[in-house]
Amino acid sequence: MKQGFRQQLPRAFGRENVQWLSGVAVGAVLWILLYRNLEWFASLSLYFSGITRANRFGEALYFFLYEVPKVLLLLTAVVFLMGVVHTFISAERTRALLSGRRTGVGNVMAATLGIVTPFCSCSAVPLFIGFLQAGVPLGVTFSFLIAAPMINEVALALLFGMFGWKVALLYSAMGIAVAIVAGMIIGKLQMERFLEEWVQKLQERVITPEVEGEVMSIHLRLREGLHHVRDIVGKVWLYIVLGVGLGAGIHGYVPENFMASLMGKSVWWSVPVAVLIGVPMYSNAAGILPVVEALLGKGAALGTVMAFMMSVIALSAPEMIILRKVLKPRLIAVFAGVVAAGIMLVGFVFNLVL
Amino acid sequence: MKKVKILGSGCATCNQLVEAVKAVIAAEGINASVEKVEDIQQIMAYNVISTPALVVDEQVLCKGRVPSREEIKELLMAKPQGCCGSHGTKSSGGGSGCCC
Repeated sequence: MKQGFRQQLPRAFGRENVQWLSGVAVGAVLWILLYRNLEWFASLSLYFSGITRANRFGEALYFFLYEVPKVLLLLTAVVFLMGVVHTFISAERTRALLSGRRTGVGNVMAATLGIVTPFCSCSAVPLFIGFLQAGVPLGVTFSFLIAAPMINEVALALLFGMFGWKVALLYSAMGIAVAIVAGMIIGKLQMERFLEEWVQKLQERVITPEVEGEVMSIHLRLREGLHHVRDIVGKVWLYIVLGVGLGAGIHGYVPENFMASLMGKSVWWSVPVAVLIGVPMYSNAAGILPVVEALLGKGAALGTVMAFMMSVIALSAPEMIILRKVLKPRLIAVFAGVVAAGIMLVGFVFNLVL
Repeated sequence: MKKVKILGSGCATCNQLVEAVKAVIAAEGINASVEKVEDIQQIMAYNVISTPALVVDEQVLCKGRVPSREEIKELLMAKPQGCCGSHGTKSSGGGSGCCC
């Protein structure tokens, strides 16, 4: 069967690939044109609606008209690229790469692969067990499980679009660091006996991970990218409109330093409090963004807000309940504790450095 | 009669796949039974690490995403030999399907 597929390949390569590649090229040119002229478009639409930027409302509206398309464009580009990347690396392939890796190298690889591997928190449990069965060490598995949800394309695109590439890069670097260190600590603690009994038994029946050699022509990969865009952007665009709208709206109505006394740099306890509130909360990156935008706009410190965002995305009460099927309470507590502590540290470092 | 199983922990995406499969079966008049497998130990028995997964006559045909209706149709109608096996090898579309 595989051979038949290969024979079909040269034929498939001709027309369809060319069509798709030129389609993507045209799309990229349009994208750049749009992205470069966002200010012009915003001014133009403002001009036609007869509103001037002179007053507060006009300024807020301009901000909204400029920012929403910008963030949506960035999101589309990043999600498309990630959709294509996902066709190269499946959970199975990642598992094979991580199988038998030692603490250290394994954790670094796991955290990095966590960013690019398609991951859905619903399959966290099968993935967790599948990794252990294939000889991926417990700590390395945790590094993957921490990084995968925390550093995702939506979070990156939104941070990049709204706060600049430096913040996005800092968030990723800190996220990877937390995932690596937390995984290494869990690995060092040798907590294998705090897996549920039936999982420990499964582990004895070690399987060798097999990876199918994937033959996939370019146009199918590009099509997956497009599907990914439709899925993700279709799901989160409303949050972005709301988030930016809130950011634009509050400028006029809430005093500028409203949050500074509560979540400013000088308030040391705001970081742990933000993390404690964020841990049980469940939201995706897009859903939490309006809050982040509002807090930052009103004088909350970046480190505090970043720690809050990380803890909301990385840990949640529903996830703990799902993981309870395979982990005993003690291991769940250690997992949540180590990750939360790491995130707090990130918050403090951010507040000190920036 | 074909035995169709959908493996998944019961999240939104898994339910999407169940609905899609049922719709295709009804529309095409395929003689098949549909069963939802939510028990994690049973799911692991298929060596599946990304859900939802579509199993026809005990063969895992597709995992980690929700295939399009046409693709489901092809998979259900095809001779039992397995086909899209890995992530999108024979993909004719469908979302890459993360749910949450």
